Amino acid sequence: MTMAEFTMPSLGADMDEGVLQEWLVRPGDRVRKGEPIAVVETAKSAIEVECFETGTVDRLLVDPGTTVPVGAPLAMISAAEKAAPKRAPGTAGKAGKGTAGEAGRHRPEEAAQKPPEPAPGRQVPGGAVPAPEDGTPGSAGPLVRHLAERSGVDVDTLHGTGPGGRVTRADVERAAAPPPSRQRITPFARRLAGELGVDPASVKGTGKDGGVRAADVRLAAGRPAREAVPRGPVAPAAGAAGPTTMRRAIADLMTRANREIPHYYLSTTVDLAASMAWLREYNRLAPVSERLLPAAMLLKAAARAAREVPELNGFWNEGHFTPGDGVHLGVAVSLRGGGLVAPAIHDADTVPLPELMAGLKDLVHRARSGRLRGSEVADPTLTVTDLGDQGVESVLGVIYPPQVSLVGFGRVVERPCAVDGLLGVRPVVTATLSADHRATDGAVGARFLRVLDRRLQQPEEL
Amino acid sequence: MSGEAERAMRTTTYREALREAMSEAMRADDRVFLMGEDVGRYGGCFGVSLGMLEEFGPERIRDTPLSESAFVGAGIGAALGGMRPIVEIMTVNFSLLALDQILNNAATLLHMSGGQLPVPLVIRMTTGAGRQLAAQHSHSLEGWYAHIPGIRVLAPATVEDARYLLAPALADPDPVLVFEHGSLYNASGELAPLTEPVDLDRARVRRPGTDVSLITYGGCLPKVLAAADELAADGLDPEVVDLRSLRPLDEATIDASVARTHRVVVVDEGWRTGSLAAEVCAGIAERCFYDLDAPVERVCSAEVPIPYARQLEEAALPQVRDVAAAARRTVG
Amino acid sequence: MVQETLSGIVPEADVGSLGPDDRFREVLEIDSLDFLSFLETLGDRAGIRIDDEDTPHLTTVSGCADFLVARTT
Repeated sequence: MTMAEFTMPSLGADMDEGVLQEWLVRPGDRVRKGEPIAVVETAKSAIEVECFETGTVDRLLVDPGTTVPVGAPLAMISAAEKAAPKRAPGTAGKAGKGTAGEAGRHRPEEAAQKPPEPAPGRQVPGGAVPAPEDGTPGSAGPLVRHLAERSGVDVDTLHGTGPGGRVTRADVERAAAPPPSRQRITPFARRLAGELGVDPASVKGTGKDGGVRAADVRLAAGRPAREAVPRGPVAPAAGAAGPTTMRRAIADLMTRANREIPHYYLSTTVDLAASMAWLREYNRLAPVSERLLPAAMLLKAAARAAREVPELNGFWNEGHFTPGDGVHLGVAVSLRGGGLVAPAIHDADTVPLPELMAGLKDLVHRARSGRLRGSEVADPTLTVTDLGDQGVESVLGVIYPPQVSLVGFGRVVERPCAVDGLLGVRPVVTATLSADHRATDGAVGARFLRVLDRRLQQPEEL
Repeated sequence: MSGEAERAMRTTTYREALREAMSEAMRADDRVFLMGEDVGRYGGCFGVSLGMLEEFGPERIRDTPLSESAFVGAGIGAALGGMRPIVEIMTVNFSLLALDQILNNAATLLHMSGGQLPVPLVIRMTTGAGRQLAAQHSHSLEGWYAHIPGIRVLAPATVEDARYLLAPALADPDPVLVFEHGSLYNASGELAPLTEPVDLDRARVRRPGTDVSLITYGGCLPKVLAAADELAADGLDPEVVDLRSLRPLDEATIDASVARTHRVVVVDEGWRTGSLAAEVCAGIAERCFYDLDAPVERVCSAEVPIPYARQLEEAALPQVRDVAAAARRTVG
Repeated sequence: MVQETLSGIVPEADVGSLGPDDRFREVLEIDSLDFLSFLETLGDRAGIRIDDEDTPHLTTVSGCADFLVARTT
């Protein structure tokens, strides 16, 4: 039995702290990897954060309402016993039967099997004690294990974002990346802040490079206004972060995007006659609750195009491009109170269209009710914004760093078109691509839009 | 003893204080004798033993050949044989010729004999730069000796310590190395009668303060006190800690000072890399991390052989302005 | 029934202040996903199937009412 820390996750490039809003579990509860166990409020939204471990909740370290920096421990989870093999989040729903008693039947390729036997070469670097057998051997391939070992990352603590919760190369690289810059504060000032009940994050540093020193903490502690401020969070109005904080978060991120990313923009008009006809026929036969929207089809086509043009699907970090580990399509969802979130539909290129539609409905609903999950906001590999409902014909969007492209769709409109030498009226949509010129050139972007067009001419294959 | 004690406060020099201490020890104990290069007829290279040959005779004030290994080895043998030798080495640079004797014999015999062979030996030597004696006479290697278990390393920085550290050093059953900074011999100071027993293990707060701890020893102490005056004129309140003993280090005094001031400057004439200052800083980081309100600063010598030319020598050594600047960085 | 359904889709909105001939999709900023839910719920409540072809009738509260009356009687 080992103890694991459940820490405040980074739910996006722009997040450095979050407010623990609610615990969904209590000490003593059994939790499975991938299960939401806490609600965290970021500058953008309230997010359900999934557990990285299977085991039992030992202790909750942080009270609801506390602001916690990314990486700080929130709870202690005692890892599961040997006998209870863990399951990746993707398969969590099917857990509980079939594999628990089948320890003998292990094939390393089977991600979900998790044979209770340490894989060779998977020792945690520097650790004298081998990792507990209830870890997740098999959830990471040999390359990933090798990379993790070389960069000193403990695979068992990683949250796999690959198919079936598999730990991917990108997960390891993300974990190995240096943590986001922290507040500079001297050890004594930090200690003093604790003693005086001052939140160091609220103290303005006057030392070198803005470092917080004891004098700054004392000054902050001496200010009566400081004490009057409740230490808990400002009660969130609608279960989500207030519009001002969200506005500021969007402002920061978009400013960064426009400052750092040399965008180039491409646009094309796609004939949707085939798609719309197919969609109408599909919807006519489908139960009402399973009807498809054009938006789902456009998303699906964009995801397929991203798979075929992987140069646009991934991240630009520290001067180089890292391809995404699958196509996780960020969907820009505008919130009714104002503001925007862009949670991911995982593996949008491979899930069948009806499932993608259901996922979209669920995602938009939860985005608006402030119940997104950590994995959904953390890892989109490219984002799609569909402003068709708002009546515009085309959208030239700003890329969401560190992604390298953003696909925009306008409204599906009927336009006169020349078809086979005759003038016809066809439904068309303007598809645009904003792409990061550091990662790709116009030719790649053009290829993307071409593939997108081709996909939309063959709706039955989507 | 009564004659000494009745004497009132008086002014004397570091050199005279050392001589008084040795003479007193030799009068008090027949087993004590002094040997080294030029200590007899010449009165010591730095004049410390001037006049002692006349009082104690060539049996107890012994001039030796120019062979540090031989006469330090002889000193170790004499100590094993029941004597209480004081061996003077001209400078720390030349002590390297006796390093084998000091490390492999003096520091080790007690351990290797299972506690049967203590080596009650005192070795005095000059250290440090500042007198245009160039690279073969000017280095500060006491930090190397402070690395060695089995010996005690003292660095008297005041007239008082020059006068009163020798007796307990001679009384110590283990080898004691006494480092006398060359720039201190002519320093004069008030000498009060001894009123309490001397504790070799303790550092001393030479100037109490609350804003920054200036930790130093030996020849740098006067410079650090001058820097403290300069800082005080600016409204700062620095504390000056004189380590006195480089092995063992008085961690309690260091830690208490850091807990008062939360800021530290360590001043050491040795080279920065692998220095005694490094040891002091590492200890502070280990024990006082949660007391630190600024990165620890070090002021050490430039990492070059100490130059002969006056301007270059000054530039290579820690100076008052360097110490003051480092202190201001910690509070700035 | 139309108003109740709308309230369920857009809980924040003041559906009561909606005029019978206001184009509610614009006034309440209902996007296509919301509108799909609206069709689904309204169809369930009225016991009818609403197809894509019917949607041109369903832009105002009164239009919806007329449509429901025509389809259920």
